[in-house]
Amino acid sequence: MMKKYTKTHEWVEVIEESRARMGISDHAQDQLGDIVYLDLPEVGSEFKKGEVLTTIESVKSAEDIYAPISGKVTAVNEDLSDHPELINQDAEGKGWIAEMEMVDPSEMDDLLTEEEYKKFVEEEG
Amino acid sequence: MTIFDRSKKGRRAYTLPEYDVPEVDLGIPEHLLREERPELPEVYEVDVVRHYADLEAKNYSVDRGFYPLGSCTMKYNPKLNEDMAALFRWLHPYQPIETIQGALQLMYELKEMLMEITGTDDMTLTPSAGAHGELTGMLIIRAYHLDKGDVKRTKVIVPDSAHGTNPASATMAGFKVIEIKSSDEGLVDLKELEKELDDTTAAIMLTNPNTLGYFERDIVKISEMAHEAGALLYYDGANLNAIIGRARPGDMGFDVVHLNLHKTFSTPHGMGGPGSGPIGVKNFLRDFLPVPVVRREKGDYYLDYNLPKSIGMVRSFYGNFGVLVKAYTYILTMGKDGLRMASDMAVLNANYLKKLIGEFYPVAYDKDEKRPCMHEFVADGTKLLKETGVKTLDVAKALLDRGFHAPTIYFPLIVHEALMIEPTETETKETLEAFANAMKEIVEEARRNPEKLKEAPVNTPVRRLDEATASRKPIVKWPKG
Repeated sequence: MMKKYTKTHEWVEVIEESRARMGISDHAQDQLGDIVYLDLPEVGSEFKKGEVLTTIESVKSAEDIYAPISGKVTAVNEDLSDHPELINQDAEGKGWIAEMEMVDPSEMDDLLTEEEYKKFVEEEG
Repeated sequence: MTIFDRSKKGRRAYTLPEYDVPEVDLGIPEHLLREERPELPEVYEVDVVRHYADLEAKNYSVDRGFYPLGSCTMKYNPKLNEDMAALFRWLHPYQPIETIQGALQLMYELKEMLMEITGTDDMTLTPSAGAHGELTGMLIIRAYHLDKGDVKRTKVIVPDSAHGTNPASATMAGFKVIEIKSSDEGLVDLKELEKELDDTTAAIMLTNPNTLGYFERDIVKISEMAHEAGALLYYDGANLNAIIGRARPGDMGFDVVHLNLHKTFSTPHGMGGPGSGPIGVKNFLRDFLPVPVVRREKGDYYLDYNLPKSIGMVRSFYGNFGVLVKAYTYILTMGKDGLRMASDMAVLNANYLKKLIGEFYPVAYDKDEKRPCMHEFVADGTKLLKETGVKTLDVAKALLDRGFHAPTIYFPLIVHEALMIEPTETETKETLEAFANAMKEIVEEARRNPEKLKEAPVNTPVRRLDEATASRKPIVKWPKG
């Protein structure tokens, strides 16, 4: 399935036709350090691409997480409320944050491929 | 050990005499009345004293050693301040106004002095501390725009190097925060600013010098741009210690000027005492100040509550009065020249330390060697991390082992492995050199034996704390039994 990244360090993966799962990148969790809290977005809420989806807090800082694509939140990873450390352990797997119903799947085209993202991180760091 | 662990049933520090007056029914509803006794620790007075003396001995403070916590201005607090504050200890906020003329005079004079220092026309001394002052300032700005019927101004611009409290305060006051990226010199990027400034901008919040320790040299231009767009300019006072007697925020074009008396004017803070965050304003904003405002009429002082456009009261009574007394004492003790010299020395100390540390530890945004820092600078551990795997957190912990308080770490956010170092003016050359040597030792250790630094601290009363678990599963209550 297609997986893409944003310059603001989110990943998004299409899991069904118009449904995508998203979270923060492994690089992002490494930069943040131990995650202590995540404010889960509300199921049913709608976001435009680039809007603040939620905030995440680590021992180092609190950061906004942006919606990588436009759409409606259809599910959130409830496990994170008790175990935010899942993001540290497996940011791009068990540490997923939300699933969204995409409004415009073509938005995926503008995002970075894994390779492009890796390069972006290297240049940034 | 908590004080509950010292508890033994039946022990008392004080015993009150038996009631000899009839009990009065206060009419408290039944369901609000406690049925069981509160489970307070039962201890003798000596247990209480020893418990807290023991904790005090384990604590680290500026009275024990160097405390270079960036942006916090942990200068030494002269003990004279405490003596003066103690003179007022029997005052009660409900005393009749004619019996507290001296206290009001002190507040009035302090206000006048702070207005002179900041270049503002009026001031409130009420806000409890820094962030409370910020909120007060933002509410004043909001009230000003709304009073003009200008309801479009919903945005506040904050640079990405700002203190975290800035966006938080603006949000609390109902604004939407727009963050702008700093330039590659670590300053406000005028082009970025221009892009965001429009008729929906309520204010720009800035710290000058900024959190990287650099002076925003385009401040007058920024002020012109803000005012042209109809926005106000807000000054975060965290870094005022760099410029007293040399430059005034009011003269730079700031409309609302925030102060941290507990930082700049030497009163204990950071778990050591309450803060105080006065807000100074230009003339056109004075009607919006919170009530009460201390005023003088024919030699008498009074509290003015009659400000119809005021944002209202921002807390009970008149602020942290004890802190006001300490700041007043400090200003009078130092005098005009002394205050200026303190700022000069704070900048000199920071530059000396930056030079010493810069020899072996990169300083952020320090490409231009001729540009001095102000009262603080940010060392960047990114290179050290890449080369040795030693994180800034490890460096900070290793400093504790060497008898120093750690600098502020991981802030500002735009420097990934930031160590923000503010020595203040009250440290000697020897102390600065000892600290730089400790940093050097740590860097050498990182190259030789990085694993050892991951163990640090080993010489402190408690070893490395598990911050993540403390935040994820905080135990804020004594677990019974």
